[in-house]
Amino acid sequence: MNPADIKRWIAAAEAAFTSAKDLDELKSARLAHLGDKAEISLASRALGAMPAEEKASAGKIVGEGKAKITESLQRATTRLEADRDAKVLLEEIVDITLPVDRAHRGGLHPISIIKNEISDFFIEQGYSVEEGPELESGWLNFDALNIPADHPARTMQDTFYIEPVESGMVLRTQTSPVQIRSMLEHQPPIYMICPGRTFRADELDATHSPVFHQVEGLVVDKGITMAHLKGTLDNFAQVMFGPDVTTRLRPSFFPFTEPSAEVDIFFNGRWIEWGGCGMVNPKVLQTCGIDTEVYSGFAFGMGLERTLMVRHNVTDMHDIVEGDLRFTRQFGVGL
Amino acid sequence: MRAPLSWIREFVDIPKGISANQIAEGLIRVGFEVEEIIESGAGLTGPLKFSKVLTIEEIVEFKKPIRYVGLDCGEKDVRYVICGATNFAVGDLVIAALPGAVLPGEFKIAARETYGKVSNGMICSSRELGLGEDHSGIMVFAEGDVAIGSDAIVGLEINDTIFDIAVNPDRGYALSIRGVAREIAGALGLKFTDPVDVLRAVKFESTGTGVTAKIADPATASVFYLRTVSNFDQSAKTPMWMRQRIEKMGMRSISLVVDVTNYVMLELGQPLHAFDRAKISGGLTIKRAGKAQPFTTLDGQVRQLDADDLMVCDDKSPLALAGTMGGQSSEISESTTDIALEAVRFDPVCVAKNSRRHKLSSEASRRLERGVDPCLAEFASARFVQLLTENSSAKHVATVVAGEPRYVPLIDLDPAFIPKILGMEVSPKEIARVLRIIGCDVDEKTFVVDPPSWRIDLLTPSDLAEEVARMIGYDKIPSILPPRPNHASLTPTQKRRRAIAAMLAARGLAEVQTFPFTNQETIDLMGFVGERAATYRIANPMSDELPLMRVHLVPGLIEVAARNISRGARDFAIFEMGSIFRSSQKLISGISPVIGSRPDAKTISEIYASVPPQAFHVAGLLVGKSEEDNWQGKASAYTWQDAIAYAQDILRLCNLEWSIKRSDYAPWHPGRCAELLVDGKAVAHAGEIHPRIIAKYGLPERSVAFAVGLSVLPDSQIVRPTRVGTMPAAVQDVALIVDAKVSAQEVEQALRKGAGDLLESITLFDRYDKIGDGKISLAFTLTFRASDRTLTGAEISALRESAVAAAVKATGAVLRTN
Repeated sequence: MNPADIKRWIAAAEAAFTSAKDLDELKSARLAHLGDKAEISLASRALGAMPAEEKASAGKIVGEGKAKITESLQRATTRLEADRDAKVLLEEIVDITLPVDRAHRGGLHPISIIKNEISDFFIEQGYSVEEGPELESGWLNFDALNIPADHPARTMQDTFYIEPVESGMVLRTQTSPVQIRSMLEHQPPIYMICPGRTFRADELDATHSPVFHQVEGLVVDKGITMAHLKGTLDNFAQVMFGPDVTTRLRPSFFPFTEPSAEVDIFFNGRWIEWGGCGMVNPKVLQTCGIDTEVYSGFAFGMGLERTLMVRHNVTDMHDIVEGDLRFTRQFGVGL
Repeated sequence: MRAPLSWIREFVDIPKGISANQIAEGLIRVGFEVEEIIESGAGLTGPLKFSKVLTIEEIVEFKKPIRYVGLDCGEKDVRYVICGATNFAVGDLVIAALPGAVLPGEFKIAARETYGKVSNGMICSSRELGLGEDHSGIMVFAEGDVAIGSDAIVGLEINDTIFDIAVNPDRGYALSIRGVAREIAGALGLKFTDPVDVLRAVKFESTGTGVTAKIADPATASVFYLRTVSNFDQSAKTPMWMRQRIEKMGMRSISLVVDVTNYVMLELGQPLHAFDRAKISGGLTIKRAGKAQPFTTLDGQVRQLDADDLMVCDDKSPLALAGTMGGQSSEISESTTDIALEAVRFDPVCVAKNSRRHKLSSEASRRLERGVDPCLAEFASARFVQLLTENSSAKHVATVVAGEPRYVPLIDLDPAFIPKILGMEVSPKEIARVLRIIGCDVDEKTFVVDPPSWRIDLLTPSDLAEEVARMIGYDKIPSILPPRPNHASLTPTQKRRRAIAAMLAARGLAEVQTFPFTNQETIDLMGFVGERAATYRIANPMSDELPLMRVHLVPGLIEVAARNISRGARDFAIFEMGSIFRSSQKLISGISPVIGSRPDAKTISEIYASVPPQAFHVAGLLVGKSEEDNWQGKASAYTWQDAIAYAQDILRLCNLEWSIKRSDYAPWHPGRCAELLVDGKAVAHAGEIHPRIIAKYGLPERSVAFAVGLSVLPDSQIVRPTRVGTMPAAVQDVALIVDAKVSAQEVEQALRKGAGDLLESITLFDRYDKIGDGKISLAFTLTFRASDRTLTGAEISALRESAVAAAVKATGAVLRTN
């Protein structure tokens, strides 16, 4: 067995494989250089007739030569398969910019989104989210909040009454009756918010709606002060309007809080009234059976529509209440 | 409430360096929203002269009347100007802007030729001077009112700053210059002089018998001052300064007597009413109308009195609607010489009721229903007599008083309470100092606080806490988070609602929120009857079109869909979550226990029980095509199957099991509505909307809807999963021919039952209804699996045969062989 022959065969095979232009040519080259009739194959077969003492060394040379040719073939195969694939895949290119989106676009109402956002913030602060009926007892909606029977807010110009009027049943004008229910049902500490739908006998216009939403918050615990109210509102305002927002409390009047304040925010370069707040009037706490010697509390309330309008620069209430899909879909499922 | 700075300065020493903005900021800080700062006279420079009209030449050849007017402006020569107004005569005094003057809006006055004449200035209206909107004519004064040739800018106190302030309902005292001045002084740390102080010394001699005064019921009024004056001469005119102030406050000057009552009310806050003594028979009594009767108020309106109306009456009849508006019969007229001036501290609630019953809100009622300083009846009436006698020939006759002022009680304050509630250090000394600023007397040893007579809102330590906080400044209170409770989370119900909304939104439904109002026509059109149609009626609905509370969510969704369609939408899906208000119980008379202490348990439970339950639902409406048509092809329409699938997906999301049956249930198509039952109770309906409704609202044909009663769904149970089997599954198909009336659910249930526990799942993979003969073919795939072994061929055959046998027995099915 002449090693020079084997070297030659290897070189010839390598040259043939490398020059093959496609897998078909490679196949012919393989048959020629590695097939049954190929010289390396014939040499391999001839090994059987050799004397045992030569067989070992010749076998090694031939085996190594065959392995080299096989390796060479493998390299060529890999290269040519890749070439073939590249060509086929290129032919299979599609226009992936074609519109594929056939499903209707859904979304949550922005008021739901903002309600969820507020709920998540306060839950994270350890508050519960409470709910109550929209058709509510006048005592829970007014009296228990220290709003006397002759208060202007209780007239039919402001409040929707249910027949018979003697029932005192109203469409709640605020979510505060939920606060009263919480205090009647639980002993302090109470940390709760109550987002929900409320009603006032207003005409629908660009900034008012007879049906709207509020979120109120109530904390009753030992040692609760107006400083805690301020801290909570500062935090809340930043979550709603961003870290740069500043708040301002302005003395105000509500029957159910004392001291009372309006909460303003400085947003987009101007002061905007956001909501009302104050320390829960001891009379309200006492009506719910809470010991005012031990406990004090704060409460606050904001309109969700107002919050939405300010934050997102929504200029017309009609868009919020009419259910036009083009409005709602802009919000998707989150903000 | 308006407050001109020139008037405020009478009672507060405001240093020159303090700007209008600083004053406004101070007011805001102590709780008075400044809605506007009006700079009166801004952009106005003279010369502006009071001038006498000497001659008027009417020029008639133009479309409108034009006058060429000769004026005495206190100059050597007569000045001639052109004027388009006609509300003045020779001898009247007017204001002339001379060449060189600039009026608001950069309107420069110069001598010019117009209408063929040389006009050497302009005669001004109040609007041209920026003093008001009144453009009806030029400002006219009488000889003696003002000095000819004098500077009108000074004479009319035109250069002024007027604050327009919002006053909270508990601060009635601030509906006066006295009140606002005190707040400004307090906010800026300036000295305040109470105009009442000088009035304490004013006494009038009695020169005759006055009209008598009586209060029938002390609950309706505490104190009644009635001062009688005589010798009034109607020729007396309101002095210029008073007229200007009244007009700056946004009121009109009417006559000296009326102007003085208004002026005193604006200055001190006490409404006054002047009666013509000649028209009073006997004395005056404050009492209820007693019976319904007609009564003509000053505005000429005939009003039907309520028996409960509080009136000021003479011996024969009612003369004034107490604290609200006077009557025409006793009005001051041109022949009035003797006047009875009423100043009463009425009960606020009585005045509020008068005002509300007659839908009559006057400057007087606005103040009295908020509660007026009880000491003012005396001092304001004295101020009236003082001003009237100074400015006319009137003489005081006599003063009669009924009742006496009632003051607010003392407050026992624990000074430690204030820092405790405010969350900041405030020393007792500081508390006392601040409370004195607002007019309280404070005993620093006992801390018994005597609130001032005008602060009827100060009743409790909490009220004082607010006063201390606002005078120190709410901005001084620190910002601290309260202690944090241990844990909180949404309730399972809240989580469930959120998950449902998120699922629907993610699957292409847009959430809407509709007003929960409806009407009988809609209820009838929907086909709701019986307890599903019964609802609550609003006594004062937003519109007569929508007087009822909704009984279902689908009608609202249909309205929204129709609106979207009218705006060009075609194919879409919407949903709503919210309460419905079926009238499940009769409303009882309101229960109103006294507040201030907790009502007993029985009363509380009665109040709770008086509120009817309000079911919470989710509903969806799917109209048109379920996808957009596009290059990939035409989309298919939403079908009843889609609606049922959504309802089922909601139940599946809640981990509930349900059964389903066909139901004839409004507002759905009676043959295409599914009822879903959980624990045997109907919880959801879904299917095609009734064609009648679809036609009525112009919805696409075969629009579908679902509704799920979320509040009746049972709680989800905690999931205890079975182990997942790893042995191979055996899949068997069976096709059964059944009567078309047999439901797929019946067949499936029978197969399930027959297949036994080793059945892992069953799927209907084909339904063929073209067999004829009233038969259909249903083909199911049954998947069997044992947890502990591979099922043998014999076992599988036996299971399949058992399943088929059960279906044959239960539904009359025949195994399909071809």
